[in-house]
Amino acid sequence: MSLAVSAIGQGLLWAVLGVGLFLTFRILDFADMTVEGTFPLGAATAVAAISNGMNPLLATLLAFVIGAIAGLITGLLYTKGHIPILLAGILVMTACYSVNLRIMGRANVSLLGKSTLFKNHFLASLPQYFDSVVLGILVMVVITAIVIYFLQTEVGQGFIATGDNQTMARSLGINTDNMKIMGLMVSNGLIAFGGALVAQNNGYADVNMGIGIIVIALASIIIGEVAFGDLTLNQRLVAVSLGSILYRFVLLLVLKLGFSANDLNLISSIILAICMMLPVFKNILNFKHILKRGLDTND
Amino acid sequence: MTKPLLELKNVVLKVNRNTPEEITILDHLNLTINDGDFITVLGSNGAGKSTLFNAIGGDLSIDSGQILLNGKDISHESVEKRTRFLARVFQDPKLGTAPRMTVAENLLLAERRGQHRSLAPRQLNRQLDRYKELTTTMHDGLDQRLTTATGNLSGGQRQALSFLMATLKRPEILLLDEHTAALDPQTSQDLMHLTNERVQSEALTCLMITHHLEDALTYGNRLIVLHHGQVSYDVAGAEKAALTSEKLYSFFAEIE
Repeated sequence: MSLAVSAIGQGLLWAVLGVGLFLTFRILDFADMTVEGTFPLGAATAVAAISNGMNPLLATLLAFVIGAIAGLITGLLYTKGHIPILLAGILVMTACYSVNLRIMGRANVSLLGKSTLFKNHFLASLPQYFDSVVLGILVMVVITAIVIYFLQTEVGQGFIATGDNQTMARSLGINTDNMKIMGLMVSNGLIAFGGALVAQNNGYADVNMGIGIIVIALASIIIGEVAFGDLTLNQRLVAVSLGSILYRFVLLLVLKLGFSANDLNLISSIILAICMMLPVFKNILNFKHILKRGLDTND
Repeated sequence: MTKPLLELKNVVLKVNRNTPEEITILDHLNLTINDGDFITVLGSNGAGKSTLFNAIGGDLSIDSGQILLNGKDISHESVEKRTRFLARVFQDPKLGTAPRMTVAENLLLAERRGQHRSLAPRQLNRQLDRYKELTTTMHDGLDQRLTTATGNLSGGQRQALSFLMATLKRPEILLLDEHTAALDPQTSQDLMHLTNERVQSEALTCLMITHHLEDALTYGNRLIVLHHGQVSYDVAGAEKAALTSEKLYSFFAEIE
């Protein structure tokens, strides 16, 4: 039981990454590698700020801002510097490694004895693992609601159009460069925010905690889409949280089967690869239209 | 009615600048487009027709010369800024619409062409009745598919939608780049009739590239031929009305 509660809590905290990556991977339609750097950047920022006596909530919001700045740099390299997005992301991700070491002063910083979001009176009074469930639900409801609202605004529609058909978006007067920069900023801000939450939950930040982040975030997006089938855009955003929780249960199962925690990156990659190849097997296995909406990146 | 709306003065546009492959596409081109003109644009491949549109639209920057709108120099304005007065329909049905967004969502986007977009809710539902009426005028079942993703429409429906989107917010200048070329003959004719009807009734100023001599002769009040990056032929009014395909063919034979 406590394992299941823990999986739900972890799934909800990590779902922030899924929603962040959704903005670039699904809406702007490119893979942003920056997130592998901004996740530990958010963790490092929050941990360093809390260690220096900052209020945990402010420290977590600061992580969002710092992550957004990293996204801004990727966006400028991509749109104004004409560097391909994959390389622009890798450049900023690599640079983040050094920045993270500078922020923390060493490779690993513990929050032992320090205040965190989870040590707030109400959360600390809950049974074990329920703190991350409650905080996770709160965070995901707020973030998902804001993103859904934004996508239905005039700017949000221009943002979607940019990822859908850039030529048309430009011909309607939408500044596609600004849309991409904004998407990268919010996306990386959310990823860093997620990094700050996870670091406070774990009780430490580690400079290597970004490895494989993009796979984990993609897994929550794609598992959500595969599991729930044909959904509207808003429903798909909610499905990200559920996909993230499902993914934690899959990991739990894998650990139960006797694999060690060291195998998790391998397992995660295999799960994601299989999910992404499902359309290829679709006809053979007769999956009908379940995967259509989520997995056809382009028609 | 004969007020100059858009003027191109000595426009030069080169590609592969400063390389051995440098080519001059527009070569000191001069063209004055008057308010209310419906101009059909002819020319062989490579004559500079699409480049002319891209120069007007701002996708390609010009090397020298001037582009004036109502006397104001817009030669260096961005693509986004020029959309305030300019609308385009492309040849490829895929280019004109956002495939994962619905027909109604596409129309809503087009309605704010060139205008400020705010963080206020888009209020799509309020527009649905009006969009239903609008799309009914296309007579191709588009009105039944307002909530369909445009990626699932036929090429003809997509082009009709693109045209509707381009004219939804009245443009000062409408550029049609062979917008019926990718369609089957019947659909192509239908869209052409509709285009003509709309351009006439709204008194739009319009440039239309076409490879159909018949269409070029039938539609519009003025016809120009581009050749080696210049306007080599320009007829309007009664002279254009008297033009026949034989005369045009003999003109083409002359310049080749």
